Amino acid sequence: MTNKTLVQISKDLAAGEYSSREITQDIIADIKARDSIYNSFISLSEDLALTQADAADARLTAGTADILTGVPFAHKDLFCTQGQVTTAASKMLANFVPPYESTVGQRLLSAGAVCVGKTNMDEFAMGSSNESSFFGAVKNPWDLNAVPGGSSGGSAAAVAAGLVPAATGTDTGGSIRQPASFCNLTGIKPTYGRVSRFGIIAYASSLDQAGPMCQTAEDAAIMLNAMAGFDELDSTSVQQETPDFTADLNLPLQGLKIGLPKEFFGSGLNPQVAECIMNAVKQIEGLGAQIIDISLPNLELSIPAYYVIAPSEASSNLSRFDGVRYGYRCDQPEDLMDLYCRTRAEGFGTEVKRRIMVGTYALSEGYYDAYYLKAQRIRRLIKDDFTRALSQVDVIMGPVAPTPAFDLGSNSKDPVAMYLEDIYTLSANMAGIPAMSTPAGFVNGRPVGLQIMGNYFAEAKLLNIAHQYQQVTDWHLQIPTSKGMPVSNEEKGA
Amino acid sequence: MSWEIVIGLEIHVQLATKSKLFSGAKVGFGAEANTQTTLVDLGMPGALPVFNEEALRMAVTFGTAINAEVCKHSVFARKNYFYPDSPKGYQTSQMDHPIVGLGHLDIQLEDGSTKRVGVTRAHLEEDAGKSLHEDYDGMTGIDLNRSSTPLLEIVSEPDMSNAKEAVAYMRKMHAIVTTIGISDGNMAEGSMRCDANVSIRPKGQQKLGTRAELKNINSFKFIERAINVEVQRQIDILEDGGKIAQETRLYDADKNETRPMRSKEEANDYRYFPCPDLLPVEIDDAYIDAIRQSLPELPDQRSARFVDQLGLSEYDAGVLSSSRALADYFEAVVAICNDAKLSANWVTGELAKYMNQNNVEIDAAPVSAVHLGQLISRVKDDTINSKGAKTVFDELWQQAGEVDDIIDANGLKQVSDMGAIEAMIDEVIALSPKQVQQYVDAEVEKRSKMLGFFMGQVMKASKGSANPGQVNGLFKKKLDELC
Repeated sequence: MTNKTLVQISKDLAAGEYSSREITQDIIADIKARDSIYNSFISLSEDLALTQADAADARLTAGTADILTGVPFAHKDLFCTQGQVTTAASKMLANFVPPYESTVGQRLLSAGAVCVGKTNMDEFAMGSSNESSFFGAVKNPWDLNAVPGGSSGGSAAAVAAGLVPAATGTDTGGSIRQPASFCNLTGIKPTYGRVSRFGIIAYASSLDQAGPMCQTAEDAAIMLNAMAGFDELDSTSVQQETPDFTADLNLPLQGLKIGLPKEFFGSGLNPQVAECIMNAVKQIEGLGAQIIDISLPNLELSIPAYYVIAPSEASSNLSRFDGVRYGYRCDQPEDLMDLYCRTRAEGFGTEVKRRIMVGTYALSEGYYDAYYLKAQRIRRLIKDDFTRALSQVDVIMGPVAPTPAFDLGSNSKDPVAMYLEDIYTLSANMAGIPAMSTPAGFVNGRPVGLQIMGNYFAEAKLLNIAHQYQQVTDWHLQIPTSKGMPVSNEEKGA
Repeated sequence: MSWEIVIGLEIHVQLATKSKLFSGAKVGFGAEANTQTTLVDLGMPGALPVFNEEALRMAVTFGTAINAEVCKHSVFARKNYFYPDSPKGYQTSQMDHPIVGLGHLDIQLEDGSTKRVGVTRAHLEEDAGKSLHEDYDGMTGIDLNRSSTPLLEIVSEPDMSNAKEAVAYMRKMHAIVTTIGISDGNMAEGSMRCDANVSIRPKGQQKLGTRAELKNINSFKFIERAINVEVQRQIDILEDGGKIAQETRLYDADKNETRPMRSKEEANDYRYFPCPDLLPVEIDDAYIDAIRQSLPELPDQRSARFVDQLGLSEYDAGVLSSSRALADYFEAVVAICNDAKLSANWVTGELAKYMNQNNVEIDAAPVSAVHLGQLISRVKDDTINSKGAKTVFDELWQQAGEVDDIIDANGLKQVSDMGAIEAMIDEVIALSPKQVQQYVDAEVEKRSKMLGFFMGQVMKASKGSANPGQVNGLFKKKLDELC
């Protein structure tokens, strides 16, 4: 089954090549056999998965199957799954079994998809390298010395390694796009409010958004069709008609206006990555698009502003992990204060504690105006930058990250260096616009992703562009060898 | 030294919504612990709040009822603090942008004058759960049924200058919130409670003194007592040359004293910030106007109507309109007996006395408005006299049955049969020759006072059921004939 796309598996299931139970069993066996290399899964849900697979097979037999019916996938371990341990990659929730399913999870289950397990991630989605997980770092299938990116690093590694055809991710500051870029995948962060956040453990509520991570734009569009939609349980979910995201995939790109912000191509960008990106952009220009130089003048402020707003919200969102009702509780607390202090000191990892402290500080009396309020003003400036730019152009393109995947351990001692990795991705979350990553080449055997950003609710447009680009290239078809080198990197049609 | 008292109140009103402020769980009192909760109220990971629009409608109704500014843009904020009965680690409230802005309330003082008390703001917030310290063998139990119950916190200006004014203000608020139907106003169950900020300063001084905050006072009686005892405490300290500490205190009704709460004071920083899970609340003029149009008759309007149309005194009208339930009860009594003055006397007199003695509110009074109306009708049509009426009322309070059945069973029907009365009078005259002679011998102007003896004899003979007016008239006629 290795590296079959979601569409291929769906066709095979429809054609009766194999049953959902068979492929589910194969996938779980494959994960058990190979995932010790990558550490991309935190838990497998074999029994639940087989129950779901049998139900899917019944639907396939009855002729009531959806395109996702019977297709196995994995959830980032931030999505609450009913009856299946959900950890957020933290010691704090290592024993937490939710009695409820996230809205996204429920929608995928209703479509008949089969959840085989929960993928590794940065603890509470805080990180850009998947090194902050309580369950250990994840390795990049393209190069076992490299990080897979984060925070949805387990989802990225699992799909890249061919363990599952698709996985869910969440993106608060780049956590879908950056690991997709590092692992040669197609990943999309939808418009804020497009996908319900209900049942997804919150990191920074005003920035969090869930999306799919797949091998192709078409697979991502199919997954997004199932995941998106208004949810009355999430007040920030948008009451907006959900289009069929596959409908526009084959539209021609004639006349498309692409904005290239000069701030995305400054001195911090690795020249080889820049070359990959410019090659990709030129190839899309060749499909009929027009390139326009633009500016997003407040882009560099997105890092300090993000690292005030996200930790501020996190410091409050993570207050509920107090050892009182569920999750980790310290041994033999002496009194209430001791219960709180030791539970949280022992239950959270270093990066989570760092962000809780940063956020607590930023919200404190006397600092609130200088940090939180100022960051919110910067956020509005960034949003205005995009509004202005997207009145001139249809989409904005650039790199996802300044470098290809970096070595494990290389940034982990220096949190600021790690934060700088997010320079190109944070702004889409700050503005709330959709953005995605699609494979665009390799640098020294490590993948490079092209970022495409669009206007609010323009996911179909982004997927259309990525799909058209994927029709004339085969970067997305490359699969890692066991040695961690691409099989081939020749271009199709170029 | 002469001291001036400064009091401001923060009143918490539990809104009478069916479900909670941010979840679909039922709101209710007395259910088994943690049975009225959802994922949201339990603070489960990934659970998100959804604003109950019924609470918005109620808050706006309150704003229009006191003619305050209703804010078209209001924002929920998180108040962050750790406590076991605060399941999310923060309380969702409103800080910089409350739903109701500046307003005021007029209260009636004992001397009959009116005083205006400023209302600073009113905002929506969720209640916390409860910590249960008994019955858990040294551990603490947590009941989250109350968690996320909707509250409207009404903050006054420090405009009240004695405990009685504070009580009058609280009573007026109680009348308004119960009249507009946004709360049951049940103080014993905590549906309405207040914190009182109390300080004193030398008369004439501009600068405010250091205040103490008296927390969670839940009866009108306790508001008055708590403020008075706190004021005296502050006077004693200052007159002894001491200083008032700014602190939160609790009123102990048993000992009639205030004392500092556990000192979790240590400079609490709640780190308020706008709740990112909830959108700002935006409403327009049409929404506000529609609510204003649908306001019921307010206590002040009702009181004025009682004076103008029913002929009640200002005082009676004020008392009877002080709560919606009481005013409704009174009007129901009038509807049956068609006598506002007698109804007012009964409701503010006998009924109020029984309610006080038995510590029950009007809703729980065992005498229904219909029964009281029927009772008053029987007084009016001379079926019973006022003494008999009190007996009937007492029986009604014991829920002994219907008015007419009680009258019959106790033989309270007035004897209005002239023949029977005349026979009793003749008998008394025949049996009391000495008293009759004294009457005849007395000066004319002193005779009416001497009728009392004869009246008493007849009333005794009739076991109180003779119509006193008839007896009196007939006696006078008969005795005067003898002169």
